Amino acid sequence: MENYFKKETFYNIGQDLFKNLEKDEDLTIALSGEETNYVRFNGAKVRQSLNVIQGDFIMTLNSKNKTASLRVGFADCKEEGQYERNLNRLKDGLKELRVETSTLPEDPYLVPTENHGHYEKEHVGSLPSTNKLMENILGANQEIDLVGVYSGGRLLRANLNSKGQKQWFSTINFLVDFSLYDKNHNAVKEQYGGANWNQEAFSQQIKLAKKQLELMAKPKIKVPRGHYKTYFGPAAVHEILGMMSWGAVSGSSWKKGESALGQLADGTKKLSPKFSLQENFELGLCPPFNERGEISKEKLSIISNGNLETFLISSKTAQEYNLEDNGASQYEGLRSPSILPGDLKEEDILKSIGTGLYLSNLHYLNWSDQRGGRMTGMTRFACFWVENGELVAPIEDLRFDESLYKFFGENLIDLTQFTETFPETGSYQNKGIGGSKVPGMIVKDFAFTL
Amino acid sequence: MNHEQIKKVFKEVCPSGIDFISLKLIKTKAKLCSVKNSFPHSNKLVMDEGVQIEVLHKGQFSYAATHDVSPQGIKAAVNKAIFLNEHSLKWNLYPFSLKTRPSFELRNKKTSSKDLKTKTTLGEINDVLSLACDVMKKESGIIHCEGHGSLRNIETYYLTTNGSEDLNSKNLLDFSLKAIAKNDNDIQTRTWGNTLQLGPSFFQKDLFKKEAFRVAREAVELTHAPECPTETMDLIILPDQMILQIHESIGHPLELDRILGDERNYAGLSFIKKENFGEYQYGSPKLNITFDPTVETEAASYSLDDTGVKASKEFIIKEGKLLRGLGSLESQERTNLKGVACSRMSSWNRPPIDRMANLNLEPGVATFDSMVSQVKRGIVMATNKSWSIDDYRNKFQFGCEYAQLIEDGRTTKIVKNPNYRGITTPFWHNLKEVGDAKSREIFGTAYCGKGEPNQAIEVGHASPACLFENIEVFGGA
Repeated sequence: MENYFKKETFYNIGQDLFKNLEKDEDLTIALSGEETNYVRFNGAKVRQSLNVIQGDFIMTLNSKNKTASLRVGFADCKEEGQYERNLNRLKDGLKELRVETSTLPEDPYLVPTENHGHYEKEHVGSLPSTNKLMENILGANQEIDLVGVYSGGRLLRANLNSKGQKQWFSTINFLVDFSLYDKNHNAVKEQYGGANWNQEAFSQQIKLAKKQLELMAKPKIKVPRGHYKTYFGPAAVHEILGMMSWGAVSGSSWKKGESALGQLADGTKKLSPKFSLQENFELGLCPPFNERGEISKEKLSIISNGNLETFLISSKTAQEYNLEDNGASQYEGLRSPSILPGDLKEEDILKSIGTGLYLSNLHYLNWSDQRGGRMTGMTRFACFWVENGELVAPIEDLRFDESLYKFFGENLIDLTQFTETFPETGSYQNKGIGGSKVPGMIVKDFAFTL
Repeated sequence: MNHEQIKKVFKEVCPSGIDFISLKLIKTKAKLCSVKNSFPHSNKLVMDEGVQIEVLHKGQFSYAATHDVSPQGIKAAVNKAIFLNEHSLKWNLYPFSLKTRPSFELRNKKTSSKDLKTKTTLGEINDVLSLACDVMKKESGIIHCEGHGSLRNIETYYLTTNGSEDLNSKNLLDFSLKAIAKNDNDIQTRTWGNTLQLGPSFFQKDLFKKEAFRVAREAVELTHAPECPTETMDLIILPDQMILQIHESIGHPLELDRILGDERNYAGLSFIKKENFGEYQYGSPKLNITFDPTVETEAASYSLDDTGVKASKEFIIKEGKLLRGLGSLESQERTNLKGVACSRMSSWNRPPIDRMANLNLEPGVATFDSMVSQVKRGIVMATNKSWSIDDYRNKFQFGCEYAQLIEDGRTTKIVKNPNYRGITTPFWHNLKEVGDAKSREIFGTAYCGKGEPNQAIEVGHASPACLFENIEVFGGA
């Protein structure tokens, strides 16, 4: 990687911009940068490859109880005079931001600019070189139908403000997010990711996926709609957890009356004492600071043994509703969540299901009744019918529609002892950062509707 | 750099011996405003500029994209795309021909959409949304209200080594209002919103006040309404839910790159196979679907797609029969099927892929009242709230904000939490009536997601109200 975004350049350009502030103005600058290689493959061949150098430089101006922000594309290349050109563009941007901010009314819930402290962490890594990348992923796999995407590179998040705040987080990582298909369109999905490429570990992951795909060779069973004892593998639990960031754990959603956890908050519904959820920045997948530089606790308990400890509350929500903020992002979504493990051993999963369903993955979840905590979605990839503790055959896709107050509540039998870590795979607008660590879980009477 | 300077740099840095190279310089200027309970909530400006280099050499596509739009940045991007291409050749999926990147005539550089230069300030957008919130708050029972409005101007300068050059510009408007009402323990939400190719003149106070009043009144109405019944009945879907029905159960399954398996690891496959085109009866004879990039204000109207292919209106489904897919020249070459000009990219940092653009359901002849009069026991549903469909685009479940029962040919009481589910082909075969042009409305969204790496892009859907027979309908928790 060519290191397009240098800490010193960011700090210097920030300081130079602060010199242009007028009386009663404060400025926060956030930088989200990346240099990423993407290789998209289908049938173990390359469909498209892409290199992206992207820097989103976001200035937030607080001025006379008014606020607005400006995002400018930014890359500090090595060309002579580039620093001055970038600085001049940003100065022009600041002028425009100042004019636009002045057109707004005062914001009674303005979040004041504060110094949230100094933070620096630079994770190192070792990625496969671009000329070996495709050989490493595809070379030994020409006989299988491998489809997915490799993404790898350097990601950074940084923050400065005119009160003296200085924060920098960078990481080098990669992820091969892939599926294997057989001739009958059976498929399994896996991920291989980390900071240091290990060819042997990747080959092992492919080997395991192939073995799992062989289990799907039998004809698919059509399972009638109904209620079944169901095991959700960690990847399926990770999908469900994703829904919690979409109008469940948000403090703003709660105060607006929209949260799926609203009934837990008001005591009308309960969750199982086996269920605990926390934000866990100890995973090291993303920085604990947010867009404003506010720093979250390393571990923030959200639900502990079924009891709601807190919603994710941003400083803006805290101002609006007179609450205490907990360093949440403006979106109030989970950035590095963990669901705590339970007692179910891996070798006891099938026995524990007895007769029912084993689901490795879920697909396209959405709230069917958000305030009721009910969500719908589909089974996908390696999902099986189980009878008398034995995998019988893969199933045709099933639609579920069930309340979290049941599957994380009265119907939760147990969670697995083991957990898996899932790096963030989202790359809308830019490559995402963060991830989750979750166990599998077994639930009784889970509702399948189509 | 101005366009002449970029052209000069591009000429200098493109080496000979490479089959095809293109450059796209995309500049986005945007203003995004959000108001909560009449107070400013979030106000943002965007000034983004990035370059994408595309290389097609020996049948293989590769890309480099950068925020560094200096001569050195462009040169580095060209070299990177060529470097990636060299290392991809051994693993070529399909030997794409140069026909997938046709040359096109130099267009008038002054061509641009109307209302291009926006002088509207964040404060002016804030004022309209704040006024709408004031109207919503006045309705007894409203506990929260908010509004969002954004204006984006996107300018694309496109250059290719086969001598083509294009400059185009469009304005995208995105807005919404939301009212949340409470009565005892029940809370209900009603919204109004759209994504269209329009400019700032859309932010008219009278229009927003009128819609704010309706949205608030209907949210309150819902908190007093009974639960939607659970039964199989006839269903009239209004245009602001038809957008979702068309999008999910017709648009995505007909994308040729899905059928070719490019999306199998993410968005999924399709129940449609290559051999189905020209043969498959997708729905009832009342179903007519067009790919139509010519509707002036619709979100994904354009004259050229992002690979320079001239866009035109085409029937995708005619009288229920599937005719052609939503596939670019690349997908058409791979499948030997007819497609449309739909190769699109979300911005400079993502490569073009098959997207549905504007996909419209052509009007029929039935008036809304005549559709209602045909129904003994049924329901009218409006405005999407929840959506989910499987990876082959078969089993779907959609929820709406607002519904009204139909009893003995007349609309009667409002019901809350309406949902319905079905399977794509039987569902479209149950299409009994298609509303006339009077009930047709144009809707769009800026957030159609697809692709690895992920891309969110604007799509448009115009549709009249439609009547479906025997649909599984149900209510909330």
